[in-house]
Amino acid sequence: MKILVPVKRVIDYNVRPRVKADGSGVDLANVKMSMNPFDEIAVEEALRLREKGVASEVIAVSIGPAKAAETLRTALAMGADRAILVETEDAVEPLAVAKLLKAICDEEQPGLVVLGKQAIDDDSNQTGQMLAALMDRPQGTFASKVEVSGDSVEVTREVDGGLETVKLTLPAIVTTDLRLNEPRYASLPNIMKAKSKPLASKTPADYGVDITPRLKVLKVAEPPVRKAGIKVGSVDELVAKLKALGAVA
Amino acid sequence: MNTLVLVEHADGAVKDASLATVTAAAQLGTVHALVAGDGPEAKQAADAAATIAGVEKVLLASDPAYARMLAENVAALIVPLMVNYDVLLCDASSNGKNVAPRVAALLDVMQLSDVIAIEGATDDKRTFVRPIYAGNAIATVESSDAKLVLTVRATTFEKAAGQGGSATVETVSGPGDSGLSSFVGAEESKSERPELTSAGIIVSGGRALKDAATFEQYIVPLADKLGAAVGASRAAVDAGYISNDYQVGQTGKIVAPALYIAIGISGAIQHLAGMKDSKVIVAINKDPDAPIFQVADIGLVGDLFAIVPELTAKL
Repeated sequence: MKILVPVKRVIDYNVRPRVKADGSGVDLANVKMSMNPFDEIAVEEALRLREKGVASEVIAVSIGPAKAAETLRTALAMGADRAILVETEDAVEPLAVAKLLKAICDEEQPGLVVLGKQAIDDDSNQTGQMLAALMDRPQGTFASKVEVSGDSVEVTREVDGGLETVKLTLPAIVTTDLRLNEPRYASLPNIMKAKSKPLASKTPADYGVDITPRLKVLKVAEPPVRKAGIKVGSVDELVAKLKALGAVA
Repeated sequence: MNTLVLVEHADGAVKDASLATVTAAAQLGTVHALVAGDGPEAKQAADAAATIAGVEKVLLASDPAYARMLAENVAALIVPLMVNYDVLLCDASSNGKNVAPRVAALLDVMQLSDVIAIEGATDDKRTFVRPIYAGNAIATVESSDAKLVLTVRATTFEKAAGQGGSATVETVSGPGDSGLSSFVGAEESKSERPELTSAGIIVSGGRALKDAATFEQYIVPLADKLGAAVGASRAAVDAGYISNDYQVGQTGKIVAPALYIAIGISGAIQHLAGMKDSKVIVAINKDPDAPIFQVADIGLVGDLFAIVPELTAKL
């Protein structure tokens, strides 16, 4: 079976996002961009399933600007077989992303779609669930373990207070959590090889999907600044301060 | 507006987070609560929901298909009910985050995740505030969708009173089991300590703890003394001191306890993003220039291996 892995190009997780002075958004000019960390985990999981012989082909997909091709090359360098870029310079909300992914799934017929539980830019945590809904297929969100057997997959999920395992009938959608795996680094020879792997370029119009946003961002602001407090000189002072603040009994 | 709150419950009791979600719903209009579950426990939870101040009606859907809140089944239950409602609100919990987007997509609505404030609640202006970039930026967003689907961050809304309401309980039913998914098992964290994301106090350790044994030896007794949850920085997790479900940070758990004690944590952006909404932050670090001190309310510079045992003894 095929596995489809949607990946998103986002601000690198080690970079501190800066809000633009005019409040229109976060400044992405000249900022290091990388693959969304949860999507890296998704690529890794798909590759492991291929290495185990469960999957025959791993297809990476990205919906975003022309530069998202770099993110797809990263996925190809990690080991994905081919890539599809749905190019648009407009912001695309999770609902529209899910509609585009559904259109791609209709063409590619993957047995599994594995994607990050959320992107670390808009933190929506919606796309996988929405795709599952639109396809009328089951979802295994926040996965820390994925085991495919026959025509079903068992997904262990990270839920509040522990773990939960569900069994889903394939095709299914899985969203990844941090504990699922440790993504591999792409080796230099694989980075070179990735340059010649196929990368198809498409547009939202090719799939007939309207990506007009439903939400209007009125303002993006810095969070309230936390003032540095005081330094104390001893444990006794620390305990006294904590008691004065009512932070401990 | 007419709102429907998906109530989370366990052992026949309504979870605290849902009380906060009711408060958010009340800011938008009338509040009805949906309790989905199975058997006497669901009935008990519905009766409990009926006493929440501000809830006008409780819808009870009792069916084995809803016992484990499988998203496929619960979303199929909620979607037809939304004919009567303008807004669906869920807790921004693992369950709410699982179910809400599935409902939103079926309603062709763009969900608002992790809402921390409601700015406009009239029919022509529906404006919400939500954190993006792990709280490093705060977005004010207006929805143009006919219906709204929200997940609500419980730490930013007051809890509605669990008593004083006298809502009627009405039974509803949905399509039941979708046949797409089934529950296999659950493994609940056995820890005696509170859960990281809902703990009032968190004691968190970083790379300076040296190894897994010293992490256990220094962090755990202090946490036990305070009845606190244990957390860790990514550096501590990557170094193998503790498993990564304890990781606080942008790619780990986002927390906002009343008291956060950061021990031997330098304060990488990654980590700060996950804990800077804590009410009181204490930092213990031997480097006076560590970035953690820029967000700490109380800082103590020194050797944690001397300070932490003393602090544990004196608290």
